[in-house]
Parts: sequence; structure tokens; C-alpha cells
Amino acid sequence: MTLGASAVRETQVTAPALVALRAVGKTFPSGLVALADYDLDVREGEFLTLLGPSGCGKSTVLRLIAGLANPTAGAIDWNAPQVKNNIGVVFQDATLLPWASVFDNVFLPLRLKGVAREAASPRIEEALAHVGLLNFSRALPRELSGGMRMRCAIARALVTRPTLMMMDEPFAALDEVTRFKLNDDLLALKRRFGATIVFVTHSVFEAAYLSTRIVVMSRRAGSIIDEIEIDPAIPRDDDYRSSRTFADVCRRASRALRVSIEEATP
Amino acid sequence: MIPNRPAIAWRDIGVPLAVLLAALALWEALVRWKNIPPYILPAPSVILAKLIEDRELLFSSLLVTLGVTVEALIVATVCGVALALLIAQSKWLERALLPFAITLQVTPIIAIAPLLLVYLQPGNAVLVCAFLVAFFPILSNTSLGLASVDFGLRDLFDLYRASPWQKLIYLRLPSALPQFLAGLRIGGGLALIGAIVAELAAGASGQGTGLAYRIVEAGFRLDIPRMFAALALISLSGLAIYGALAALSYVLLRGWHESARAQDE
Repeated sequence: MTLGASAVRETQVTAPALVALRAVGKTFPSGLVALADYDLDVREGEFLTLLGPSGCGKSTVLRLIAGLANPTAGAIDWNAPQVKNNIGVVFQDATLLPWASVFDNVFLPLRLKGVAREAASPRIEEALAHVGLLNFSRALPRELSGGMRMRCAIARALVTRPTLMMMDEPFAALDEVTRFKLNDDLLALKRRFGATIVFVTHSVFEAAYLSTRIVVMSRRAGSIIDEIEIDPAIPRDDDYRSSRTFADVCRRASRALRVSIEEATP
Repeated sequence: MIPNRPAIAWRDIGVPLAVLLAALALWEALVRWKNIPPYILPAPSVILAKLIEDRELLFSSLLVTLGVTVEALIVATVCGVALALLIAQSKWLERALLPFAITLQVTPIIAIAPLLLVYLQPGNAVLVCAFLVAFFPILSNTSLGLASVDFGLRDLFDLYRASPWQKLIYLRLPSALPQFLAGLRIGGGLALIGAIVAELAAGASGQGTGLAYRIVEAGFRLDIPRMFAALALISLSGLAIYGALAALSYVLLRGWHESARAQDE
């Protein structure tokens, strides 16, 4: 497949792999094969998006990397073990403790690591300031809008300063305006913190806007259909959204997604 | 914080109170108009007079009944929560212990009471009866609460490698709080029923000092107004227990069950 835009590169840029999945398989006790013989490198500093129809195993990949599930075959190799011990995860749902304030929710990861409240306080406030929730630190989750709840979840993931951030369709439930705003904020945060992000979505446009690399997965046990690189140097703004490159990426990703869906329905 | 709370409270208390007063007035009028003798149906005014006349006897009995109920409820709460925590630790413990708890629950307390009176002092038998009926709803609700932790939150705690102790303190106990409080409200009502039932059984054998015993005793003497007076005190006790536990529930849960108003200026 060739593309006119030079910004979309076919050749793989080799940055060191932060984590590598080698021939990984995941079969659930029910016999359902979520992943089979799956290979993936997560490169340091990239914004990697896993794109695919629902049920293609993208969330499983994320759970395996986060250590929330174990592979039934293959291996997950870490470049540095300390990366593995400091992963930030943002789930599809904000998953906040409903009885705890925004402050206490962001405090949770540090509290579980045994950090005292006073010692943690500056870091919590910093994380809250980054997501624009500093004035809401005493509010309870129920008092926040969906977008604010998601910001709180992002602050919670950031508070441990993770090298690797995993995000499982974090903005799927939000309205488009909120989603665009959070997309921009997320990119700004990534620039500031320099973390590697693995992002799961089923939105072609979101993938094209955020990523430096898109991996399109098949519904059949997660095999990879296409891999699209996007030049990290391109500024992600409204101009990019209406650019030729963006359109090309979307077209190519949509085509791959269609193949992925057709493969699964004989 | 919640601006229209007084309005809600007025509506919730005022309406039933007005209906109650109307019903009492109708009752009073009916008894006077038809000249119904007090040994068949005493008028509310007669019951009230009786309540005042026998106040020393009735209120000391009220204290006995309330004391037993509260004591039983506290013991049932401690035991119910402790057993729920134990059961939550392993499926094997659940398999081993839960059938006994369920058997105790499904056997009508009125059938167990005479046996307890054979083995125990009447006072203790009443306490055990009240405990037995209050225990199970607290156990089963707390168990349910401890088991129904949100999957996402469970993943989150696993991600940060929380210890079982941390999971219990920061996740499972707070998650179980609403269900525990629901169990406590049911248990509170049942503890009173258990205490009354056991005392009725004890009262038949001529012992007892609680309100139920006053009812049995007054029944023997055909003192119908005193029966009604004791009954009114039992109803009020039930309402007071329910109200106190509902208030406790409100105070503990309002933060995350009462919604958005506070911050949405």
C-alpha cells in the first residue's frame, strides 16, 4: 500500500523496545481465544494506538502488558524491570472510588505504595493542576462531569510518574467536544512528561489524531492487519485534522479496519 | 449544602402525621358516638390516659425491651460483620458456615424460643432470640457487599499491587458500607421482633419484665387499654430504631449517594 504523503512513513523507525510481546497467546478458561501468536514492540516515547473492532483483543493486550492478566503462551520481555513496576492505567470508565474526594482518589496509588499523605500532597496537587482539577480537589466523583472524572483518572495515573501509560478507550463515553479537548490535553501532558503511551480505541479519527504509530488488529485472535507510522514532528492541531496526511491515515486505517471486520464475518 | 432539605423533611413527616391524627380523631369519635366500652375498644384518649397513669410500669418495661433489642443488635452487628469477613476470605469457609446461618434464619424464631427458655435464664433467652433474627440480614448483606466490588476498582488495586489488607481497608469495606447499612436497618427491626416474640413465649410461663410481658399480663386481666398502651410503645420503639438507623445511613452515605448539587453552582 503506498501513500502520497511523505509524512506517513512505511519504513519502521527502530527505537529501543520498552516492552516486547513475543508469540503471546491468551486463551480464556471458557476456550475463547483472545490472542494467538501475537507480536508487538512498544517503543520508548511513542504514542502507540491499538485500533480494531470490538472483541479483537486490544484490551487483552493492554491487560497483559499491565500485568492484570497472564499470557497462556509466549513471553512479555521488559527492557527494564522498573518500567513494569510503574505503569499508569486509565480504564474505559474513570473507576474512581465513589466515597473518596478527587484528592484522595489521586492519592490512592501513592497511599498503596506506603507514601504518607503530607509527603504525597505536593505531587497530588501537581497532578491535579496538570489536568485542571486543582479547584475540585475536595469534590466527590458524583459531583463531577464525565470529562472531569476522566481527568481525575488521568491525574491518578500520572501521580506515580509512570514511564508507560496504558489507556483503554478512555474517551469513548464522552461527547465529541469534550473528547477533542481531552485529546489535546493528553498530547500536551505527553509532551511534558515524555511517557510512552499505549492507547486503545475503535475510533479511526482519534487514532489518526493522537498516534505516532497505529496498529490495526484483526478480530481473529488479534493478528495485525496493518501498521501505520505518523511523523511525530507534525503538530497535532486543527490544521492537522483537515490536512491531507490526516485524511490519508484515516483512509488507510479505515480500509484495514474494514478488512479486519470482513475477515471475521465469512 | 442541601437547600431544600427542610421542605422534604416537612413533606415526609407532615403528611403521615396529619393522616395519623385524622385516623385517631375518627377512632375517638367512633368510640364515643357508638358508646363502645373500653374493654372492647378503648378510645385513643383513654389509651393516652392509661399511658400516663401506668407510666412507671410501662416505661421501665420499655427500657427493658429497648435495652435487650439494642444489646442484641450490637452483638449481631459484631458477629455478622466478623463472620462476613471470615466467609469473604475463602469459599471453603463459606461452604462450611453459611448453611448453619441459613438454617437458623429459616427456622421460625417462635419455634426456637421455648427451647431457649428451657436452657437459658429468661433474660438471656430473650437476648439470644433477638440476636438470632438480627444476625442473618447483617451477615448476608455484608457478605454481598464485600463480594460485589467493582471489577475496574479491583483491577486498579491489583495494578498498584495492593496487599489483601489494603484492599480490605481502602476498597472492600467502603464498598460494602451501603449493603451493610441496609442489613443493619432490617436487623434493627427484626431484633425488636425477636425480643418481643421471646418475651411472649417467656411471658406465657409467667416470667418477664419487658413490654410484651405487659401485654400478656394485661390480657390476663382484660385490661385492654393497657394492652393498647404497651402496643403503642412497641410501635414507637420500632419507629425510633428504624429512624435512628436510617439517620446513621444518611450521615455515612450522603457524600456519595446524594448527588451533584454541592459543586454545581
